[in-house]
Amino acid sequence: MVKFIIRRVLIMIPQLFLLSLIIFVLAKQMPGDAVTGAFMGNPNVSDEQMEKIREEYGLNDPWYVQYGHWIGKAVKGDLGSSYTHKQPVTSLLAGRVTTTVTLGLFILIVSYIIAIPLGIIAGRWTDTWADKLIVLYNYFSFATPLFVFALLMLYFFGFVLGWFPTGNSVDVRLDAGSWEYYVSKFKHLVLPGMSGAILATFGTIQYLRNDIIDTKLKDFVKTARAKGVPEGKVYTRHILRNSLLPIAAFLGYEITGLIAGSIFLEMIFSYPGLGQLFIQSITGRDFTVTTAIVMISGAAVIVGTMLSDIILSIIDPRIRIE
Amino acid sequence: MAESVLEIENLRTSFNIKGNYYAAVDGVSLTVHKNEVVAIVGESGCGKSALALSIMGLHNAKTTKLEGQANLKGQNLIGLPVDKLNKIRGKDLGMIFQDPMTALNPLATIGRQIEEPMDYHMKLSKAAKRIRVMELLEQVGIKDVNRIYKQYPHELSGGMRQRVVIAIALACNPVMLIADEPTTALDVTIQAQIMDLMKELQRITDSGIILITHDLGVVAEMADRVAVMYAGEFVEIADVQSLFDNPLHPYTRSLLNSIPSNMSDKEKLHVIEGIVPSIQNLDREGCRFAPRIPWISAEAHEKNPKLHEVEPGHYVRCTCYKDFHFPEERVEDEHYVTT
Repeated sequence: MVKFIIRRVLIMIPQLFLLSLIIFVLAKQMPGDAVTGAFMGNPNVSDEQMEKIREEYGLNDPWYVQYGHWIGKAVKGDLGSSYTHKQPVTSLLAGRVTTTVTLGLFILIVSYIIAIPLGIIAGRWTDTWADKLIVLYNYFSFATPLFVFALLMLYFFGFVLGWFPTGNSVDVRLDAGSWEYYVSKFKHLVLPGMSGAILATFGTIQYLRNDIIDTKLKDFVKTARAKGVPEGKVYTRHILRNSLLPIAAFLGYEITGLIAGSIFLEMIFSYPGLGQLFIQSITGRDFTVTTAIVMISGAAVIVGTMLSDIILSIIDPRIRIE
Repeated sequence: MAESVLEIENLRTSFNIKGNYYAAVDGVSLTVHKNEVVAIVGESGCGKSALALSIMGLHNAKTTKLEGQANLKGQNLIGLPVDKLNKIRGKDLGMIFQDPMTALNPLATIGRQIEEPMDYHMKLSKAAKRIRVMELLEQVGIKDVNRIYKQYPHELSGGMRQRVVIAIALACNPVMLIADEPTTALDVTIQAQIMDLMKELQRITDSGIILITHDLGVVAEMADRVAVMYAGEFVEIADVQSLFDNPLHPYTRSLLNSIPSNMSDKEKLHVIEGIVPSIQNLDREGCRFAPRIPWISAEAHEKNPKLHEVEPGHYVRCTCYKDFHFPEERVEDEHYVTT
């Protein structure tokens, strides 16, 4: 088991390397660069001057030389500095990473809290009114665009009812670390978090429902019933464990969805996380920041899939690699 | 005869197909005694497994209608609520399933799966359960019990898994065992081993056994009595000796005639014409086997075929057996003509 986990973690190294290469090359393909982003349309800076700055920062070197510089520093934890914010990327990202991760975890956990019981109910009592309601909710959450739903939530709970703050991640007047500070953080988290979580449930519900419907017809479930196992235990001990496998496998993909979703949510709720910074950095051609954020998102997906694999190997003895 | 363990009376199992109920098991009666092996034979689709699952209460309750009785030690299992049934299943009533590759939970160890029925039916300490599992594993012919106890189903071969399935069925010393084609999914060599094991178990336990099979070789080897099933009904019930020496019903004779034999010079295998009708298309009037023996005149069949006791303990349905002959046989001299 430990061996499996170590191996699985080691596999991540080449994955991350490939990811960094692809991201770097893709980012280089974006029209313009940091200099155009910073000085484009500025009448005080001539083309010659811009070219000079490019030369100075090494932006005219071949891509593999630039990549070499970048990755060499990146492994030491130095992601360069932002051209627009004039500060190291790492310190710029630090606070925002926590904000986004908090939002992501909140959405992930709340969506599981909603989806797993609903999936179980729909799968166990198929074709009852409860199942039909759950499937209806599922169609709704699948079909509703996040940016529409989030705006409605913002309007209704933030503006009309005024229950929750409509922007930022915390009340800036409070001292960091105090009780009120955390309460305020939570209040700011609820609206974007719930908007994300309510729509993020469809994958889990659908997979769980379908898998329970499949699994309950399997032969080993008949064996369990033939043993005299009470119906509730047939579900908890035999069907559910098997049906949680696709949910665990889905975790990596779920994280991808969260990252995409957080961009919308952070823009709509002016929530100062990575997503918001990401859009700013693209429009400002802030190349170092963009690559760093895409890299972090990509790494999150890789870590997510690794977690999926480890969880799967814990539940399912068949996938443990010896 | 020993005391009876299971008495099935007029059992009828109907499935809901597009709003109508069609009987797959159509009024079956059978008694199984202590230490007796009753084989149920017939083609696929004649209702053997449906009968087994009805006794176990394993059909989907929403789409199945059960009528009649199946009395296990005097208690009728048919229509019993699931929680009451769960006190009997796995304890007094054990079931051996057809396909060992799918009958075990892939995520639980062998030890846990054999212990599970004891959790609900026996008050044993953890250690005692473990000892009992070891005992059972040895009983079903598994050597390396300590290793197998901790292993998962995917680490075992089909034959080994079937031994585990048998161990599960035996865990709480059932008085009645139902084996639904226990060797069908296995290799021929493994089949023989599992049959030997079943015989050995029959010798050491005194439970009644219903053995569902379509392998007449297995029947000859293991069964005390045989019930031949066709289209949801028993068409012939007899002890094994009389059935093989003096098969009466046309269906039984056709089945026996279908066994390839290396003694015979015939080049072609005998096949029974046609197929078992599906339960929706089955004509429930008259002799159900009549469409498959069209060369027998309609007058030979009874209008409402009943089981007739032709000899003590030997029952045959319908009167057509009296006039039955194979198409290649000339009726005057019962002499085979090769075709």
